Amino acid sequence: MLKFIGKRLLWMIPSLFAVSFLAFVLIQLPPGDYVTTYIATLAASNEVVDQNTAAQLRERFGLDDPMLVQYGKWMWGILSRGDFGISFEWQQPVSGLIWERMALTLVLAIASLLATWAIALPIGVYSAVKKYSIGDYAFTAFSFFGLSVPSFLLALVLMYVAAVEFGADVGGLFSQEYETAPWSIAKMVDLMTHIWLPVTILAVSSTASLIRVMRANMLDELPKPYVTTARAKGLSEFRLLTKYPMRIALNPFISTIAWLLPNLISGSVVVAIVLNLPTAAPLLLQALMAQDMYLAGAFVLLICALTLIGSLISDILLAMVDPRIRLE
Amino acid sequence: MSDVLSMPARKPLLEVRNLVTEFPLRTGVFRAVNDLSFSIEAGKTLCVVGESGSGKSVTARSILQIVDAPGQIASGSIMLNTADGVSIDLAKLHPRSKAIRAVRGRDIAMIFQEPMSSLSPVHTVGDQITEAIRLHMKMSKDEARAEAINLLRQVEIPNPELAIDRYAFQYSGGMRQRAMIAMALACRPKLLIADEPTTALDVTTQAEILDLIARLQKQSGMAVLFITHDMGVVAQIADDVLVMHHGVAKEYGTVEQIFHSPQDPYTKMLIGSVLKLEQKAEIRLARPPLDQTAPPILEVRNLSQQFGTVKALDNVSISLLPGETLGIVGESGSGKTTMGRAIMRLYDPTAGEMLYRKVDGSVVDLAKIEGEELKKARRELRMVFQDPFGSLNPRMTVAQVIGEPLLVNGIARGKELDDRVSHLMEQVGLDPRGRERYPHAFSGGQRQRIGIARAITLNPRIIVADEATSALDVSVRFQVLDLLMKLQDQLGLAYIFISHDIGVIRYMCDRVGVMYRGKIVEVGEAEKVCNAPDHPYTQALLSAIPRPDPRDRDRSRRFRYIEPAAVKNGSAGR
Repeated sequence: MLKFIGKRLLWMIPSLFAVSFLAFVLIQLPPGDYVTTYIATLAASNEVVDQNTAAQLRERFGLDDPMLVQYGKWMWGILSRGDFGISFEWQQPVSGLIWERMALTLVLAIASLLATWAIALPIGVYSAVKKYSIGDYAFTAFSFFGLSVPSFLLALVLMYVAAVEFGADVGGLFSQEYETAPWSIAKMVDLMTHIWLPVTILAVSSTASLIRVMRANMLDELPKPYVTTARAKGLSEFRLLTKYPMRIALNPFISTIAWLLPNLISGSVVVAIVLNLPTAAPLLLQALMAQDMYLAGAFVLLICALTLIGSLISDILLAMVDPRIRLE
Repeated sequence: MSDVLSMPARKPLLEVRNLVTEFPLRTGVFRAVNDLSFSIEAGKTLCVVGESGSGKSVTARSILQIVDAPGQIASGSIMLNTADGVSIDLAKLHPRSKAIRAVRGRDIAMIFQEPMSSLSPVHTVGDQITEAIRLHMKMSKDEARAEAINLLRQVEIPNPELAIDRYAFQYSGGMRQRAMIAMALACRPKLLIADEPTTALDVTTQAEILDLIARLQKQSGMAVLFITHDMGVVAQIADDVLVMHHGVAKEYGTVEQIFHSPQDPYTKMLIGSVLKLEQKAEIRLARPPLDQTAPPILEVRNLSQQFGTVKALDNVSISLLPGETLGIVGESGSGKTTMGRAIMRLYDPTAGEMLYRKVDGSVVDLAKIEGEELKKARRELRMVFQDPFGSLNPRMTVAQVIGEPLLVNGIARGKELDDRVSHLMEQVGLDPRGRERYPHAFSGGQRQRIGIARAITLNPRIIVADEATSALDVSVRFQVLDLLMKLQDQLGLAYIFISHDIGVIRYMCDRVGVMYRGKIVEVGEAEKVCNAPDHPYTQALLSAIPRPDPRDRDRSRRFRYIEPAAVKNGSAGR
């Protein structure tokens, strides 16, 4: 087991290099660079930047170097000092920008994940056990509704209802007075009053698909002979369900951790923009549009690292809960 | 809900009266069990015997109210009379009630056919046994664990202290069934229901499990309801026998009555079909003897097949004469299926040669040829598979299944193809008017006939039949075996017939090779190998087969083959 983990960790190093290089090249592929975009933005507000200033900017940012040199400098900075470079647009170190956003992203993602599981798993089990009952049909209808309604539409509708009907403060994760305030209990409470809306919206769409998956998994397990064996022992139906078929039907969910982690950053972009959430996704989008290459590059690198770590974690967890994988 | 009556005299432990179990369907109601009555005395064994679809499993599940949804008991009573004078009508209890749950596992326990899938794959065996103990008895975790180890020791599992923390997939098939029995016996039930508990096991393991159940039964005075399709097993263990067919009882009596003076024609047929396997088929006895001097059509020499570190075939040599049926017999894991597949060149053998003599007399080595040459050879070597359900594509009509080899090899198409398919179906005893239907519309026996028709489509010279009749009911099995022999005589085929069932081998094979752990330990005339074998392994195998005669219950005859430490003798051929 340890050998397996060690091997996987070693393999991650070349993969990360390959992906970071690819990401760097891809970000640079569109014509022009950050300075071009910057000049274009200024020109839009009728400010003219002369060639000299542009050249100075380019030199300062190191944009004149060949791409390989730029990549080498960037990687060296990361490896030697943990320095991911400076965001051109924000004029701040990239790492500071990312971490500030990551904390809230993490809170939001975990909250919506827990909400999703808490709703979807029991409903999925119920749907499977009471297959073709009225309840099953109702939940099936709900799931297809959740699957087919785009989440940004749901976000708009819920914002409207919350704002107009209940007069709630929607958009963002904090009220204005707490936005820049240091962490306190009051700020936490404020966060709680804001977070339910994005959590609901994010949970609804993933709940829907999860119900279907859980139902299908359970339907695979329920007719298995070991369930009958447990019933013949005299176990109550509830204990039987939770101990045997559910336990096995849950295994596939552990594999979803692999894509859950990278989803933290890049997922739910549209909802985050609509609701004006201070999470990572809008920042990434902005960085890509502005050709803010160190910021975008750091994000892509992070997504890739999280994907690799996520799949490693899910493999390890799967081996821990399923003896068939661990021992065979 | 439960009816509590006082009990005057000694009543049978379980009394089933006019039981009806139904499955509501879209088109009506299917009666899986129809007006069934029987009773079981404490300490006795009742065998319920019948072919697939006879309702024997549903009967067993009705007793515990664990019939799969949407089936349910429609009427009748199932009286459980316990020693302390309480009688409960199980049929009146709700399947989810506390009352029935108290009976399950405590008074009546059950073991099932598939020992692998009947145990949870992600819980340790010990966990599942202690669960059963703690459900019905007041015990601490440690006490329950000690009791579970004790139970595992009782069912003769080696090193029970270690085995208790293992998972089911780390056990062998026989050990899993032992663990199931240990779990069933956890609360010392008064009745053990065993639903085909030995069907998935090898004969030697089956004999051991049957002995174990008998011994535990004697120790605890427990009654056993044993469900099986194997008349040999019935003859060995039953006190009373209930013969079922299509949900109704055909005959009910003592084992002596059923075997030595059966009244019902269906019972007679069942017993007759078992006795038939005690000798060679009439068609074979009537046939003129084979030309022993003819050059063999296939000669396997020193064939080895390795999968990783496992030697599935170890230096196997055997030959096949034209028109001959060569049986390959052995237990699971002996390499007999690998051998069949190796001959079809579905694997690339690790070493050795397989010399195939073509019609023009030239010889090719099937182990070496590639490409067009291999394709040609494969047309002359065909295969019939075990599972009549899995081996036919459910999305192809029967005409497409049978005609595919002709179409793929560009031999016939259009009207000609249709004619040939119709002719082939007639040859295997199927009505050609059914050729546009899909496989699901056919019964198991008919599907196996379709598989045979597909195999003979290209006029092959050798057919490898891998357990071709094991999935079929006894009454159908003979029809298929007789069909195979009829086709052999008509078309001059040579068969390699792989089976674990010595009876089937004796019935149709000319010669037999016995396989054990990848080696052929004995080759000889079927008559000799099946009745007076030389090799101790074959002798052990024969000794474990349950004799279909209740008057012949000598268990001391049985012994298990233990491989001598230094193995030198590989395989013998001729």
